[in-house]
Amino acid sequence: MQRFVPLLFVLAMFGLFFVMMTTEGRNQKEIKSVLIGKPVPAFSIEGLEEGAPTLTDADLKTGEPVFVNFFASWCVPCRAEHESLMTLARTHGAKVIGIAYKDTPAKALGFLDELGNPFVKTGADSNGRVAIDWGVTGVPETFLVSGNGTIVYRHWGPIVGDGLEAKVLPALEALQ
Amino acid sequence: MIRLIAAFMLSLLLAFAVHAVAVDEKPLEDPVKEAMARDLMKEIRCLVCQNQSIEDSNADLARDLRQVVRERIALGDTPANVRSYLVDRYGDWVLLEPPVKKSTYFLWASPFIFLAFVLYFVLRSRKPAPKPAPLSEEEQAELEKLLHGDTGSER
Repeated sequence: MQRFVPLLFVLAMFGLFFVMMTTEGRNQKEIKSVLIGKPVPAFSIEGLEEGAPTLTDADLKTGEPVFVNFFASWCVPCRAEHESLMTLARTHGAKVIGIAYKDTPAKALGFLDELGNPFVKTGADSNGRVAIDWGVTGVPETFLVSGNGTIVYRHWGPIVGDGLEAKVLPALEALQ
Repeated sequence: MIRLIAAFMLSLLLAFAVHAVAVDEKPLEDPVKEAMARDLMKEIRCLVCQNQSIEDSNADLARDLRQVVRERIALGDTPANVRSYLVDRYGDWVLLEPPVKKSTYFLWASPFIFLAFVLYFVLRSRKPAPKPAPLSEEEQAELEKLLHGDTGSER
């Protein structure tokens, strides 16, 4: 019996690797956000439209859940997820705030003109510093903030496929 | 002559290698602080390339993080402060070397556990063969006979 111990050990390792590789919802490139359960970082940035009110963390503490979407006109996956954001805002009546990451207001507005504007409010994070405070590693990333300003969910990468139905909407429903 | 050219080209290559990343960036004026910032950058993971430090990555985010590191060091933060600033935003993952804490004890112990396993199996397979049982009286008598030549049979 004892001589099979090494064999069992190796088989157990194979089993473990196989499970880790095939489990759904695991993306080894995705880094778990440490901000879940934490209050939103303080920030204050200009709106995209000229003369638009500044966007601050106070806009995320209005008592109702709000999504914060980091996007950019130069970002291809952002184009892919735009339909989901439109559905989220139009069909499900969710409040979505858009922050343009390292983009010029003109280009970001052009992007919204072309694809539709799902955002109730926008902000321009021209140097990407707000994104760093949110632990964003790339666009798009979408956060769900509860009414009192706590980050409850982070969607890494574009909301495509069944991402909206399977992940984003359940997170929102859990809040309501 | 060829050798000279080769040496020149090699030195050129090395010169560029050193400045490959920081060429478009302004180092801190205080060389002590710049050295401190540079050392720290080697410990910070570039989150888009993941297995490079921000010191040797060309990614946009790495450049931004280098700037953050320099700014905070310039403001008088200690490297530990800057590290925790980044960990607060990106988690332990941002550090190339995982910190030793409860959740990483197993990680840090794993090489030793593995080594112990290997040693155990190596030592076990090296065990000397078991000693043969002592001779019975009859066998002993037989042996004596053989050794002393009086086998009883004529040759």
